[in-house]
Amino acid sequence: MAAHAPTTTAEPPAGRPPAQAPPDLVRRSRREGRAYRRAPYVYIAPFFLLFGAFGLFPLVYTVWISFQEYRLGGGDPEFVGWENYTWLFGSPSFYNSLWKTLTIGLISTVPQLLMALGLAHLLNYNMKVRAFFRVSMIVPYATSLVAATLVFASIFANTPGGLMNVVLGMLGIDPINWTNGNWTAQIAIATIVTWHWTGYNALIYLAGMQSIPKDLYEAAAIDGAGRFRQFLHVTIPGLRPTILFTIVLSTIGATQLFTEPFLFGNGAEGGALGQYQVLTLYMYNIGFEIGRLGRAAAIACVTLIIVILLVLLNAGLAQLRTRDKGQPLIRRRSASTRKASR
Amino acid sequence: MTSSPDADVRLAAPVEGPAEPRRSRRRADDSAGPLTYVILTITALLFLFPFYYSLVAASHTPSDLYDGTPPLFPGPAIFDNMRLALEQADLVAALGRSLVVSLAVTATTVFFCTLAGFAFAKARFRGRNALFGITVATLTIPPTLSIIPLYVVMTRLGLVNNLMSVILPSAVTAFGVFFMRQFISQALPDELVEAARVDGASLNRTVFSIVFPLARPGMAVLGILSFMAAWNDFLWPFIVVRQSPTIQVAVAGIGAGYTPDISVILAGTVLATVPLLVVTAIFGRQIVGGITAGAIKG
Repeated sequence: MAAHAPTTTAEPPAGRPPAQAPPDLVRRSRREGRAYRRAPYVYIAPFFLLFGAFGLFPLVYTVWISFQEYRLGGGDPEFVGWENYTWLFGSPSFYNSLWKTLTIGLISTVPQLLMALGLAHLLNYNMKVRAFFRVSMIVPYATSLVAATLVFASIFANTPGGLMNVVLGMLGIDPINWTNGNWTAQIAIATIVTWHWTGYNALIYLAGMQSIPKDLYEAAAIDGAGRFRQFLHVTIPGLRPTILFTIVLSTIGATQLFTEPFLFGNGAEGGALGQYQVLTLYMYNIGFEIGRLGRAAAIACVTLIIVILLVLLNAGLAQLRTRDKGQPLIRRRSASTRKASR
Repeated sequence: MTSSPDADVRLAAPVEGPAEPRRSRRRADDSAGPLTYVILTITALLFLFPFYYSLVAASHTPSDLYDGTPPLFPGPAIFDNMRLALEQADLVAALGRSLVVSLAVTATTVFFCTLAGFAFAKARFRGRNALFGITVATLTIPPTLSIIPLYVVMTRLGLVNNLMSVILPSAVTAFGVFFMRQFISQALPDELVEAARVDGASLNRTVFSIVFPLARPGMAVLGILSFMAAWNDFLWPFIVVRQSPTIQVAVAGIGAGYTPDISVILAGTVLATVPLLVVTAIFGRQIVGGITAGAIKG
């Protein structure tokens, strides 16, 4: 508890709190004094010990390692300045991994979120077996990515019995080389990602939709807005923060793709064309297959900066769009009813 | 201000009672049409199909799968393939390890995050906002970015291939604290804590006899989500416990042979997935609640 000593020094002596103490539920009083004052720290201490050691410290340590020549199973790290970064920015594979992360991210995120929005809209209706449909949404999310990827790998197999090609054959389409083609492989990966996350995002949207007051819809209906216009002018504006939240989550998720390309593409190299080479796979390959931990840490740091930029960009967009504070829902509603009545 | 009359209308609406046309329109708008059922059913089938297909593929011999017409119904070979999967990778031991890891992670996450969540929700102390701010700020930082330093740390601690190396980094999560803080601030009335204090209960007593019972639904959701995450985790266990693999690592390993046998691999995935499907079937509603509760405030 020594770490908390400074916090008590600035306060009045123990056991004699000022009479005008702020309302505080875990309050100090003459009798309970010390125990109550320490208690919050005791309660957060185990969390912050573990979180500090295995959550925060590694982040700082990554930065340090990224400036070292540090080999897996090798000797002590040796400071090399920006060398790992100059290597990284001179590496064509790095630019390929950035590009593949972006393209796979786009072709998985955009259709996924649009479908989730539509599904949430449907799930929001009153219906029988509602619980079944909602739980069916999370089944893919509850499945491990390992299992999902292995199943999809057999569905997309190039062998004569590959289910996807057989189905395409029935439609008169020639077999597609799902694993070795540049775009086809990316589409296959995006399919797995979409399957895994669409229902999850639909439930998030559903929760957002249910927090939109019902009378906004009634007012829009009175003003003659049909279902589609209600969706456009009431649902979408009401969901704006939720949509931004899912975009942030999905874009960050896109930089973290590993299991799908690793198992579907059969290894850490990222495929003959580099078609699977996304950032995390590249980091893993450099760090744990090639054994250059310093260089892999540099990739991690660059990815971290990208993630932070994405979060800030999204937060900035969110602020731009909801600049007027106060009672946003009511304002939006008046705007939408005005449009609807025109 | 154009918005103020609107606000009045909005507040007044429930009181004055719904007018006739509004009511009928609302009823019509709220109930699902046949098309909704059709689309949702197709979606549910698409979401469930990979399971069905893995069962089908896992119950046939490889030659059945490769002869050009994929089987669409389960065959007789499921137990042979499962036996092969169990032999090729020591899946029983792997399932046991995953159970140990997931239960340990669930227990520590729920207990420590509830304590911290309670402190952040109901106590006032110096550094509270700063500490909570740090916790929330790291919510969006993916743990994957820490695998290199964590591996170095685990090597130094001599924990590589020890299950502790998987448990420790997941023992608490920033999300858990955030989630429990939200839950406790809503579920636990201030007056209750105050009353316990006035009655002379120690804080520990308050926590164990008031906070924990009231926070139980939230703790259950956090527990299920933590269990699922720990059970399904792949990259970090793959790096750090390759010699004593968890179930996901072991299943991924079946496919690494020279002639990967799809039916055996899928028999393995069935074994690895069934426990979680059971959890999902039992706790589906809680999982749905957890996903949505975490998102609303995001």
